[in-house]
Amino acid sequence: MSAGLRRTVLLVAGLAALVAVAAFAKRSEVYLLTLTLVYLMATFGLNLTVGYAGQMSLGQAAFFGIGAYVAAIALKAGIPFLAVLPIAGIACFVVGLALGFPALRVQHHYLAFATLGFNVLVFLVMRNEEKLTGGTFGISSIPRPTILGVSFEGHLAYFYFTLAGLVALAAALWWLLRSPWGRAFAALRDNPIRAESLGVNITAYTLLAFAIGAACAGVGGVYYASLVEFIEPGPFHFSTSLMMLLAVIVGGSGRFFGPVVGTIVIILLPEVLRSSSIESLKFMQKWYLVFFGLAVVALMIWLPGGILSIADRFRKREAPR
Amino acid sequence: MAERIIEFDRVVAGYSESLTILNETTLDVRKGEITLLIGPNGAGKSTVLKTLFGLLVPRSGEVRFEGRVINGRSQRALLADGIAFVPQGRNLFGSLSVRHNLELGGITLPRAELPGRIEEVLARFPRIRERIDNQASTMSGGEQKQLEVGRALLLRPRVLLIDEPSIGLSPKLVVDVMTLLRQLAEAGTTVLMVEQNVRTALKYSDRALVLEMGRLALDRPASELLGDPDLNRLFLGGHAPAVPGVAA
Repeated sequence: MSAGLRRTVLLVAGLAALVAVAAFAKRSEVYLLTLTLVYLMATFGLNLTVGYAGQMSLGQAAFFGIGAYVAAIALKAGIPFLAVLPIAGIACFVVGLALGFPALRVQHHYLAFATLGFNVLVFLVMRNEEKLTGGTFGISSIPRPTILGVSFEGHLAYFYFTLAGLVALAAALWWLLRSPWGRAFAALRDNPIRAESLGVNITAYTLLAFAIGAACAGVGGVYYASLVEFIEPGPFHFSTSLMMLLAVIVGGSGRFFGPVVGTIVIILLPEVLRSSSIESLKFMQKWYLVFFGLAVVALMIWLPGGILSIADRFRKREAPR
Repeated sequence: MAERIIEFDRVVAGYSESLTILNETTLDVRKGEITLLIGPNGAGKSTVLKTLFGLLVPRSGEVRFEGRVINGRSQRALLADGIAFVPQGRNLFGSLSVRHNLELGGITLPRAELPGRIEEVLARFPRIRERIDNQASTMSGGEQKQLEVGRALLLRPRVLLIDEPSIGLSPKLVVDVMTLLRQLAEAGTTVLMVEQNVRTALKYSDRALVLEMGRLALDRPASELLGDPDLNRLFLGGHAPAVPGVAA
């Protein structure tokens, strides 16, 4: 079996398992799984910016928030969900371009601080512009979609709906990364000067990667708003951006499925540890954050390339010297 | 004498205000020839290529391509003009496949043209065809250099700038690369090469330009210079004998 076919079989099996597990899971567990999928949309986008285009961003939660607020306002105004998705995506893409154009003149930690500043600014707007955002009271009663007469109001129906959205987003990113654009992203991450000598327009491609990453977060924000049905500024604090960046790095930055593994570890693992009903793991209910923190520290020390780099390590060890 | 395709007219360029490398450099490159740039370290050989390819902007003077001033033009524009650059060292994207490296070389081409151009390159380099789906970093040094040159040729450049093509290659592979450059020149491509492996490079070149401290010190046919007992001194540094037509 070729590597590509094996990967496809694994992916289909994983999706089928997820669909089956959700069908038998408790309501709270389905909620948590849906939340993971929603964050995954944002981390997929962040992986494009950080992992493929090599730009450090600490502002992904701001785009996630912009998407969520656009969705909350638009959905409450009666605009259909399928129309809100492109509106939020395009809004974040445009804001991403507007931020990226000046911010991408700097790189690495300077860019990280510029995007962090943007996140703080967006957070303040969400908190203080009460007329638009509801301030700290937030926006409540955000509806879930009904499409062609099919309601996705129920928690399980909304999970499947979100899963379908995530698969579509992932497929679009997969196609993008295998297109000449994706190769240009990889080239400018590996060596921008070399890429430029081949005619890669560094400014345009970096900006594009940043804006597409922002649009993905915006789309995730739309699904998030409908999932939680009530939004306030808290979840869009820059600490969420840090968490998203951590998810990308823990999974394996620059690897397509890195954010999947990273988001599961960052979102799902602490909850699993906290709520474990297994007797031998019950002590985790008090210690789960300590365990989680130590696990992340250990991972960064021994596997700086992320969890998905384990396979490369074994391959290197087995390679003839 | 072949017509001039590239001219440097009293070009001053460097890496900062205080670090001037090209010191009113005046030289020319002729169409369809292999011109070899030689000289001691720091003489400005690679700086000539970088200035020509827009990586450095001249502080004064003119760089001309086919009579047009190209000072400060972007790399994209220069590629479109027909100038390609293969920089020193390893220039492939190791994490990408050979095919994807080639596709990157043609990123400025219309999408529909790319497959045909890649086929052209593969026909010239059968070894690359054999490795087309391999990761570029798994290729040998010689194969990588072939791929770098092949990638540059995708745009059918009229001028190929190549910096130290023999670095890291075995003597056999150096000859292969030089033979390839010779074939390109025979087919009409102008080659401007910087090379430390002077004796081998001179055998395949038409003309040699010796740079000293950012100025042209000598301009002679390659075959003539190859027989010059002073060759080692010229390459390692020291003053070149005065040559008519070249400012000291």
